[in-house]
Amino acid sequence: MRIIVVGCGKIGAFIISSLVSEGHDVVAVDSNAGALSYVTNIYDVMGVCGSGADFDTLEEAGADKTELFVAVSGSDELNMLSCYIASKMGAQHTIARIRNPQYNDNGLSFMRQHLGLAMSINPELLAAHELFNILKLPSAIKIESFSRRNFEMIELVVKADSVLNGMRLSDMRGKFKAKFLVCAVTRGDKTYIPDGHFELKQGDKIGLAAAHLEIQKMLKEMKLLRKSAKNVMILGGSRTAYYLAKMLTGVGNSVKIIEKQENVCSELSDNLPKAVIIHGDGASQELLIEEGLHNVDAFVSLTGMDEENILMSIFASTHGVSKVIAKVNSDELASISEKVGVDCIISPKRIIADIIVRYARALQNSEGSNVEHLYKLMDGKAEALEFNVSSDSPIIGVPLKELNIKSGILIAGILRDRAPIIPTGDDMIFAGDRVVVMSSHQFLNDLSEIIDEEALANGHVRREEF
Amino acid sequence: MNHRSVFNMLGRILRLEAFLMLLPMIVALLYDEDSVMAFFAAICVAYVAGLVLKLLSGKKEDHMIFAREGLVTVAAAWVLLSAIGALPFYFSGEIPSYTDAFFETVSGFTTTGASILTDVEAMSHGLLFWRSFTHWIGGMGVIVLIMAIMPTSSGRSMHIMKAEMPGPIIGKLVPRVRDTAKILYLIYIVLTLVEIILLLAGDMDLFESVVHSFGTAGTGGFGVKSDSIGGYSAYSQWVITIFMLVFGVNFNLYFLILIGRIKSVLKSEELRAYILIVISAIVVVMIDVYHLFGNFSDALRYSSFQVASIITTTGYATTDFNLWPGTAKTVLLMLMFIGGCAGSTAGGIKVSRIFMMFKTIGNNLLKMLHPRAVTTVRFEGKPVDEATRRGVGEYVMLYFFIFAVFLLLISFEPFGFETNFSAISACINNVGPGFAAVGPAANYASYSVFSKYVLSFAMLLGRLELYPLLLALMPGTWLKKN
Repeated sequence: MRIIVVGCGKIGAFIISSLVSEGHDVVAVDSNAGALSYVTNIYDVMGVCGSGADFDTLEEAGADKTELFVAVSGSDELNMLSCYIASKMGAQHTIARIRNPQYNDNGLSFMRQHLGLAMSINPELLAAHELFNILKLPSAIKIESFSRRNFEMIELVVKADSVLNGMRLSDMRGKFKAKFLVCAVTRGDKTYIPDGHFELKQGDKIGLAAAHLEIQKMLKEMKLLRKSAKNVMILGGSRTAYYLAKMLTGVGNSVKIIEKQENVCSELSDNLPKAVIIHGDGASQELLIEEGLHNVDAFVSLTGMDEENILMSIFASTHGVSKVIAKVNSDELASISEKVGVDCIISPKRIIADIIVRYARALQNSEGSNVEHLYKLMDGKAEALEFNVSSDSPIIGVPLKELNIKSGILIAGILRDRAPIIPTGDDMIFAGDRVVVMSSHQFLNDLSEIIDEEALANGHVRREEF
Repeated sequence: MNHRSVFNMLGRILRLEAFLMLLPMIVALLYDEDSVMAFFAAICVAYVAGLVLKLLSGKKEDHMIFAREGLVTVAAAWVLLSAIGALPFYFSGEIPSYTDAFFETVSGFTTTGASILTDVEAMSHGLLFWRSFTHWIGGMGVIVLIMAIMPTSSGRSMHIMKAEMPGPIIGKLVPRVRDTAKILYLIYIVLTLVEIILLLAGDMDLFESVVHSFGTAGTGGFGVKSDSIGGYSAYSQWVITIFMLVFGVNFNLYFLILIGRIKSVLKSEELRAYILIVISAIVVVMIDVYHLFGNFSDALRYSSFQVASIITTTGYATTDFNLWPGTAKTVLLMLMFIGGCAGSTAGGIKVSRIFMMFKTIGNNLLKMLHPRAVTTVRFEGKPVDEATRRGVGEYVMLYFFIFAVFLLLISFEPFGFETNFSAISACINNVGPGFAAVGPAANYASYSVFSKYVLSFAMLLGRLELYPLLLALMPGTWLKKN
């Protein structure tokens, strides 16, 4: 698919890298020649230097023939204008990053409609949503909902004192009453789609799939259930902090924001009447303790500096804060911070890139792929794909244990009549079901591709262990 | 420095060369010549060497390519290609000295066309075909060919392609490197085929048409006759004249024509400058040589052929221009340095660099007149940034500095200044024939072994635009700790 990305900053570059690895033809546009040449040197894309709202630049980039146009430059107005021009030139779908809270209120749908935008994305708002979800379920480090929230996958880290430490997956059925499935494990740098022989170890990051209503029960049985965070301290008064504080105070939680700049503080205090705004340097440990770090349920570090976020998160966890989240945008720092124990990380650029990749795949649906939804899990190392089962699919009516499913692929859930089923080897897939498939490295376009045809030819039957 | 990624790419290139040598082997088979065995042996050497390099390259995950790996890969690839490409000449015994065979092959791949052969017509068809085929491969570039036919997952492969493509600014035609390379080769193949067909319509047979088309397409200049193109009809000479000029134009422009943006092609400043230089050079040369031919049509034909041949750095000749008067020879010498357009198969400094240099100089003069003036250098309608401008200036400086060093290196040869000066000019600019003892009617056979290697190196430097080879020669590039 031909895609134009306007803006090659941190977010733009990450979106470009995700789209290129998906196999799209990408044209990058930026008025800063340095940023542009950085991107064209690393990724297989064409660069066009110029303003994203300039007709000639867009013509050179081929906006008239492009299927997806993504504007993620630093300026909302430029993004809106370039999307408008591109869609008038003939770009089929346009996505703009619009992050100013003023544009993100009631007028947004009006603007979206009249600018011809297919979607507007606000990274800070999306990040705040994700943070809000995690704070509601502090045992998890990431939560993803499938199929209109009927079915969820949470990621958590196996701690040394956890009942899960040293447990074989095939033993889990007997041990726990809740129905769930371990569908991905990240150990070190590798991500596995495990089978029944897999033994969990301390430090593993695991992805658990379960019905929405079963999650609480499951965590309770694992003795991991913790109350949702009621008392949250936020470091840094960024836009994400503003959105998050608004959501948290909206459900009656108490929020304290610590921000260095006085004008930002007074602006926040104008807009967030229920939150406590502290003017001070969040890097000062004394200030944090003075402001009651010992009494908060959760500490969220959202300053503009990844390093500061990581360090202050370490500080908070050594002071007994049970839930600590750091915003880390750089990939290198994210893997380092996981090693030093800050495992709950949020990265706005990854959230945005996932949404755009998902949108691009959805567009491809009409061109032969049957993927209904796509979710990137485990820092993008695994994918969950949602398929609709058509009546001519070859896997209908066969118990899962008799299907020769390729290694690295797992059927994580079946949705039948809107009710989620965590499948066992005896379950079958029928026409009209929705199926969630986990995959660690293959790129799947159709449900029938999960069958290992070579193994079938060899007469080898691999059993599903669950 | 990631040796493994360099080895991996080199391995691919050598295996590709083995494959490419099948073509001249088939030709040798068709003519039932002894050189078949020489080709077969060379193919085995190339393939085995390619496999060894592949084994040395190890796992796929290690193959990271950054700018310096790209530059070094290209430099090493071209040296290796020539070293192995020389084997058929050497094994067959038709060029008994390996130095001569290496010189001839470098001259082929770099599309120079400088020869050490005293009697071209005695060579077998297979080897003549291989000689010209190296022009065709070297013209568009072997790395570009690899990009077009082999899948690479790394987006960083642009680093390698940049190192091989001539010109100060390298852009892509389409988002993917691979598609860009495919389009370039497609244009190249189609233009070559058109020329073959047009030459067939004249007085050349199939073999001659193909060989001369390869020579023209790569702007190389190897022929099959002692008098180059001189013995063919006026029609064939005109066809070759026009195609030499066609292959000296930036290939991006042909792509723009293909996608229907003819307006931007006509606006191209480099193309306009190129045409202007060609026409004025033809006029000056024609006035100077008119008395030699005595009639308008011959004078026009000979002078335009020679101007086209020299500015595109092809090096074909229809007459011994060494015997021409001083002004004509001086103009030809200047054309050698200008060369064709960026992004073409031609050598030389390139019209675009010369053009930017002149604009920069004009700007500097303006600044002397109006010290507070704020000026912008524009090229192809876009402002040229400071870094590119400085890069062009430094490139031209380095070009002449290297020229001087090479001139000094071969100055001990007993041929006199004109020969040595024109030999270095012809080699570093990838032209081929020079003046006096290396003129179109003579050859490079009488140079010493040392000078032949120096000249080979000059050809490679010129084809790869200096930097890749210089970088590969710096010890720091190869040390692990760097």
